[in-house]
Amino acid sequence: MLPIDVIAVLGKFGGYAVFVLIGIGFGVSLELAGFGDSRRLAAQFYLKDMRVLKTMFTGIVVAALLIFLAAAVGLLDFAQISVTQTFLWPGIIGGLIMGVGFIVGGYCPGTSLVSAASFKIDGLFFLVGTVLGAGFFGESLPAFEDFWNSSFTERYLVSDWLGWSIGATLFAVTLMALVMFYGAEKTEEFFRTKGTGKVWSWKITKRSYVYGASALVFTALLVWVIGQPDPVRKWSLMESRYSAQLSSRDVFIHPLEYVKTYNDASVKLVTLDLRSENEFRNFHLTGSENVKPENFLDPKFVVPLSQLPAQGVVVLIAADDSVSTQAWKYLKVQGVNNVYILENGLRDWNTVFAGKTISGKSFNIASPPSEVLQLFPKDAFAPKIKISTKKRSGGLCS
Amino acid sequence: MKIVMKNNPKPYKNPYFAGAILGVVLFSAYALTHSGLGASGAISRIHVAITKLIWQSHVDVISTFAVMGAGDTNPLDHASVFLLIGTFLGGMVSALLNGRLKVEIFKGPQISNVQRLIFALIGGLIMGYGARFARGCTSGQALSGGAVLSLGSWAFMFSVFIGGYAVAYFVRRLWADPKLT
Repeated sequence: MLPIDVIAVLGKFGGYAVFVLIGIGFGVSLELAGFGDSRRLAAQFYLKDMRVLKTMFTGIVVAALLIFLAAAVGLLDFAQISVTQTFLWPGIIGGLIMGVGFIVGGYCPGTSLVSAASFKIDGLFFLVGTVLGAGFFGESLPAFEDFWNSSFTERYLVSDWLGWSIGATLFAVTLMALVMFYGAEKTEEFFRTKGTGKVWSWKITKRSYVYGASALVFTALLVWVIGQPDPVRKWSLMESRYSAQLSSRDVFIHPLEYVKTYNDASVKLVTLDLRSENEFRNFHLTGSENVKPENFLDPKFVVPLSQLPAQGVVVLIAADDSVSTQAWKYLKVQGVNNVYILENGLRDWNTVFAGKTISGKSFNIASPPSEVLQLFPKDAFAPKIKISTKKRSGGLCS
Repeated sequence: MKIVMKNNPKPYKNPYFAGAILGVVLFSAYALTHSGLGASGAISRIHVAITKLIWQSHVDVISTFAVMGAGDTNPLDHASVFLLIGTFLGGMVSALLNGRLKVEIFKGPQISNVQRLIFALIGGLIMGYGARFARGCTSGQALSGGAVLSLGSWAFMFSVFIGGYAVAYFVRRLWADPKLT
């Protein structure tokens, strides 16, 4: 199932080779589009040649349709795709600055690279400018670092904002792109026919355009109708990927390992207790949160868990391990890392800690201190928690 | 400067066709590497690598530089740099195959070559600054983020266009009336 992590599969150098190949594809498509020519890029802003808009939005729509179609039919797990983090206001201000740089210099970073690669001196000068500009930014950042780190949301999609499904959003985006393409064609035609005496008409006559637009609309409808898989369907698609971790019991932790993790200041521990409210009220671990099994199907509940820092660990506690196992499955398919199950819930808890004292004093068994661990032999439990510190970065821009 | 054309360059591809190829490349990037395309991160890494050669202690104290090249970290040992190398090669190969690989300066007819190069450098400076500000360039933020429907990327994309259109009128002499075929 996609996505693959090429660096994990092929090793560093094999992975880097794939990046070079993808880059070649990127460079070729930019060059073929005419993006190595500053005059054509700048013409976008004088409405005379709209190829920037046409190529960019075609690229976005085609890629989006492929990604979400693949996700809808279960070929790709969208939870594993790294979505650039949103810093809304710094993004908007930075975008405005870049718009100015674009029209003054005639390129953007990627296109200046292609331009310089085809021996265009202006592209090379622009590229040197971007290297220097990146430097100036780093030097000046301390003056406004707070603003730069403000209005942050991780993985916030247009569909979340609109409250629509991904399918509906994508369909609307496709339609919007087609409307813009139509406007772009008509604008260009207006400037072409101006002063030549030719007739400017509303009609699009090019048949391949009509076919292409129909194909995009049809695919968008298809993605919408199939819908993105919910956690239940995702588990049936992805069972083979994760079920080994369950059968080898690699995700079931011993109470002592919980105590060790609980007292480890470097770990951000989230303990979710799935037992009934009554049981929870009678006794629960300090810092644990009482949740219901159906919460694990609710994106509002799950998304913050998938956005824990790299040292985040989620531990599930239930009266019956089958309940916590089900919750574990739902969290895994929704992209939550480092999820573990407290083996047998709290049923072993009292037996493990009964009658134990630290220097003759009893302790609160709802939050055993780390000294408790010294009362047990070193091999009292087999450690299972391996924190995968690999945090998926927000794309290649960082 | 008059450039004599030896062989005529082929016309550029239909923009929708080129866009479709771009979309497939972007999808492959996501499918094979989890993340999309980008250029500005690698450009920043080149800057840090150069700074590191002459002034290591400075790289260690500036936060955005330190992330890439503090201490023994090699700022160029990163996937984005290899993507950048590929983009460069791809641009060169495509230009070669289409008869567009030649030394020239693209500019509007009303300005001189020197003026054009000065403005290209200034524009690049502004662009490089803005790209770090926005944490990504047109390809990384707008294209890649747009395709996965990231709200911030869409807001960013529209602000790039707004910034460009807002200033276009004042710099119109730079680009006025080139003969484009």
